[in-house]
Amino acid sequence: MDFMVFQYPMITVQACLDGLLLGILFALIAYGMALQWGVMNIINIAQGDLVILGGYIAYFMYLYGIHPAWGVIVSPIIMYFIGVGIYKLVINKVVDRDLFISILATFGISILFMQLMNFAFGADVVLANSGYGTTMLFDNNVTLPNSKIFSAVISIVFAIGLVIYMKKSKLGRAIRATAQNSRAAKILGVDTEKVYAATFGINAALCGVAGALISITFTIHPYMGLPYTIRSFMIVIVAGLGNLPGVAMSGMGLGVFEEFADYILGTEFRIGAVFLLLVLILVYRRFKLSRKREYLK
Amino acid sequence: MNKNILLYAAILIFGLVAPFVFPAFKVQLSILCVLIVLATTWNIQGGEMGYNTFGNILFYGLGMYLCASVQVGMFFPLAEWTESGGEKTFVHTPAQFFQGMAVGLVVAAVVPTIVAGLIGYAILGLRGHYFAICTLGLGVAAGEISGGIEIIGAGQGFTTPPFPEVGGLEARGEFFYFLSFGALILTFVAVRAIYSTRFRLILNAIRDNEDKAEAMGIETMKYKIIGWMVSAFFCGLAGGIMGGLVGYIDSTDVAFDGREMGVFMVLMAILGGKGTLWGPVIGATVFHIFKEGFWTFFLGWQYVALGVLIVVIVIYFPEGIMGWLREKYPEKFGEVIDEKDRKAQVELK
Repeated sequence: MDFMVFQYPMITVQACLDGLLLGILFALIAYGMALQWGVMNIINIAQGDLVILGGYIAYFMYLYGIHPAWGVIVSPIIMYFIGVGIYKLVINKVVDRDLFISILATFGISILFMQLMNFAFGADVVLANSGYGTTMLFDNNVTLPNSKIFSAVISIVFAIGLVIYMKKSKLGRAIRATAQNSRAAKILGVDTEKVYAATFGINAALCGVAGALISITFTIHPYMGLPYTIRSFMIVIVAGLGNLPGVAMSGMGLGVFEEFADYILGTEFRIGAVFLLLVLILVYRRFKLSRKREYLK
Repeated sequence: MNKNILLYAAILIFGLVAPFVFPAFKVQLSILCVLIVLATTWNIQGGEMGYNTFGNILFYGLGMYLCASVQVGMFFPLAEWTESGGEKTFVHTPAQFFQGMAVGLVVAAVVPTIVAGLIGYAILGLRGHYFAICTLGLGVAAGEISGGIEIIGAGQGFTTPPFPEVGGLEARGEFFYFLSFGALILTFVAVRAIYSTRFRLILNAIRDNEDKAEAMGIETMKYKIIGWMVSAFFCGLAGGIMGGLVGYIDSTDVAFDGREMGVFMVLMAILGGKGTLWGPVIGATVFHIFKEGFWTFFLGWQYVALGVLIVVIVIYFPEGIMGWLREKYPEKFGEVIDEKDRKAQVELK
């Protein structure tokens, strides 16, 4: 326990800024989670591994001399097709089944991806150096890597772009109709199978963007996926399905929480704190609902 | 009934004779016993109660750490033991080792039971996938947090006391084999006894429709917590034995290993057939044979094979071996099916 973070205001500012910029990235991943959960009613444990895979795509471009920022364009395109492939192979068999089946099946995919990435890219912690430099604020007391600002801006651009796409385009309308009532949508001529595939693909593409940004700003490692899944799950259950401002807010809140947990408890307890927070949030909501004789559903 | 007694006697005799007939497989057989215990206790939640938990690994890891800590802490300062990282600064005499093991196993079984009782009221109020994800978080959080605690070895791991020099490697193997076999028999007898009472019916009622069960006047929360405590008891015991058997405890790779043991227990129960007494036993045996037999062919690719296996089992065999047998030979399970009904079913298909 170390409360130095509260004694020096500059460290507090640093933690808050870091947390906000990190939280925007979390919100982007959580948006994908909310999308597939709302439309297909599956919980994808492999979400985090898709993020890491997207990160490796950007990292590989960096290795071959292309600036990793281009990964933001390339990685979602590749990830879209990977997502559709996963849907065609596995997910379409679990869509209408019990939720636990989908959790377990995607858990299997997660283990598979983890290990394949470990073989393909090695077990080292890597990052793609963007060479963007840093910005100093408040008399050089607060350092802010430009890559973090870049990633936050790109995430916001993608999120807004996707919201507009969902509102205006034909596929977006079909996706929203399927989310509301898949049977009615089917009757009215929506090819729900295609909609599901597209939804999963879009989710994977969002993960690809987030992964590319994470590979620039933070580090990636084959086994780092599960915390991202848990974070996005947490953000979605705090915000509720289909509540986009809520997803953004709770994502940033989670980012700030993590930074403070990092300072106060120490880095070794950071992931533990995230997982414990998930348990606490669920228990809190359970007690709040049980007063009304309801339960989380 | 007679047939059953013969079957049990055969298994018992096989279990007692096995370490002497197949001395090379002693460790594998002990691990198999532990796996069966874990699958059977998972089945109380996942199969009978309908609460699919990923969190039973919490009790397993807790039992593992507790047993080893008690075994060391009873005679030597724990902090210095973990500091020395398994170097032989302190040596247990045989009497100390067995005493420590006995007390450690009791603690390893009792404390997780209490923990399950304490957190049960909060956690078991969640339902469906919220429960699954919450328990998943619980297991991983326990692993991450125990990996940061210095006194139990933090990231560098905890070496359990080595077996004293009373008979060399053979004696060690036999000791742990009979320990785990004893745990297996204890678990099986206890679970079988539980399943033959009203308790199983209550758990099944909770699985089928919890609201209705509550409306019928069953205090569902009480029974859910009791069920979880039973699981925790045997999981802790299994963990304690496994810790001694492996000889080395690491927070995320051995004790709170959600990626291996935590998934294995779910997978074994599903493979064998959820909600049956024998399903997890058969599932664990088949899984263990498959794992040990084929793992060597996939050397390095185990996790890939595991991932594929999970997906295949979950998608294509969600009912498991027992479920398949039940569909094939319903008469053997005491189910009478009207011949007309069956014909109608076939025609429908």
